[in-house]
Amino acid sequence: MTQDVAFPTRKDEAWRYSDTDALAGMDLGVFDRWQDIEVPAGETLRETLVISDENADPDGVELRRLRVKIGKGARFELFGVIAGAQLGRVEVVLTLAEGAHFEMGGITVGGRSTVREFVTRVAHEEPNATSNQIVRSVHWGKGTGNFLGRIDVVRDAQKTDAAQSFKGLLLEKGASVNAVPQLEIFADDVKCEHGASVGQMDENARFYMAARGLSPEASRRLLVQAFIGDALVELDDEAEQERLLRIALDKLDKHL
Amino acid sequence: MLKIDNLTAEIDGKTILNGLSLEVAAGEIHAIMGPNGAGKSTLSYVLGGRPGYEVTGGSVTFRGQDLLDMEPHERAAAGLFLGFQYPVEIPGVSNVQFLREALNAQRKGRGEEPLSGGEFLKLAKEKAALLKLDMDMLKRNVNVGFSGGEKKRAEMVQMGILDPAFAVLDETDSGLDIDALRVVGDGINAIMRDSGKGVLLITHYQRLLDVVKPDKVSILSKGRIVKTGGPELALRLENEGYDAVMAEPA
Repeated sequence: MTQDVAFPTRKDEAWRYSDTDALAGMDLGVFDRWQDIEVPAGETLRETLVISDENADPDGVELRRLRVKIGKGARFELFGVIAGAQLGRVEVVLTLAEGAHFEMGGITVGGRSTVREFVTRVAHEEPNATSNQIVRSVHWGKGTGNFLGRIDVVRDAQKTDAAQSFKGLLLEKGASVNAVPQLEIFADDVKCEHGASVGQMDENARFYMAARGLSPEASRRLLVQAFIGDALVELDDEAEQERLLRIALDKLDKHL
Repeated sequence: MLKIDNLTAEIDGKTILNGLSLEVAAGEIHAIMGPNGAGKSTLSYVLGGRPGYEVTGGSVTFRGQDLLDMEPHERAAAGLFLGFQYPVEIPGVSNVQFLREALNAQRKGRGEEPLSGGEFLKLAKEKAALLKLDMDMLKRNVNVGFSGGEKKRAEMVQMGILDPAFAVLDETDSGLDIDALRVVGDGINAIMRDSGKGVLLITHYQRLLDVVKPDKVSILSKGRIVKTGGPELALRLENEGYDAVMAEPA
């Protein structure tokens, strides 16, 4: 028996700021393709995702949908850059067992009328689990970056510690970002925090950098690098950090 | 070296510089003093090319080139250094990375080879020592968490590294205690006292001029230079005040 699958609309909470029109004509099987990951108790697993012009059709849809179970005391790390496709979307549905940890760093960059988004649903199902999600979005043109993060803490999941941080940087008028934190908490001894902010390039810093000899392009690259770097602080692999940063910054250099 | 002729400039439609003329020759340190609101900081920003400061008349020639026709980063590459009254914090960008990129961008603009990481660090260490600034500070993010005095010393370390032909220093002495003032003043002398270099030293107080001895002192008031003299002019201002000195016929 196959499950009934239908394309979502923008009325669906998890697709609220998405480009659902782009889904039209997509193969339903491809749309509903999920990757299942299980992290055994006590182990650590890192997943790195890149959606870029290298591996995605600039006018197409590129979805990465993960279902993750993190075992007792295990750790799952997800680092991703979405810098390609008309609609580029990383979606994660994840459950944490006792004492497990989920670490996520996400970067979206894009212009034109593209939509690039991280959508997570993190369920703290047992006590003492922790999660930390950081998303940084840099957009221009009429580009949109989204982070929709839902956190469920069940009644028995005491001592849960969950954090979400989102920051958007808009390089041009017309670009936009959306952050939708959603917390469903049924335990009483938990720590859940989320922060969201949106801003523009710091023109004081840019003049300061220009006065030291940096061109507008060079100062922008440095400032954007510093901005998105937040999302990769917990990535304990310098070469991988640099690779992801370069993918995001090259996109910026190529299109602005 | 720097020739400002009848310069007028405004911010948000308000005229701040009003026919300012001033010349600084190579080998000269020229102090600019003046009451609050005279246009001292505006002068430094106009010379640096800060957006929002609109030049409405006059000209500025720097080493034979039209300075006002250049972008801010081109002015830096041409040898102009602007020392900020309030150095800007840049989270996420280390001093070392920032200054190495800046120096190499300037060198590229002049057709010179870039410095390697090792060469740059050696240079940075030398200049940090000159300003008695811990090298670890340079590994931290630009000005983030620096005290007022540390920012000013870091500003002078930047100047030492970039080695400009001409420096416009806007109240570099503000926020410094007496010992730090001596260190910063000695730093300015070491970096900029040179027959081929020039300095425009904007200050409120005589005390910096005790360390960095100016060749000339000008008083800026209401957007123009109203009096120019030797170092004695600064001493008289300190003793008698602006009103008394400016009331005399020029």
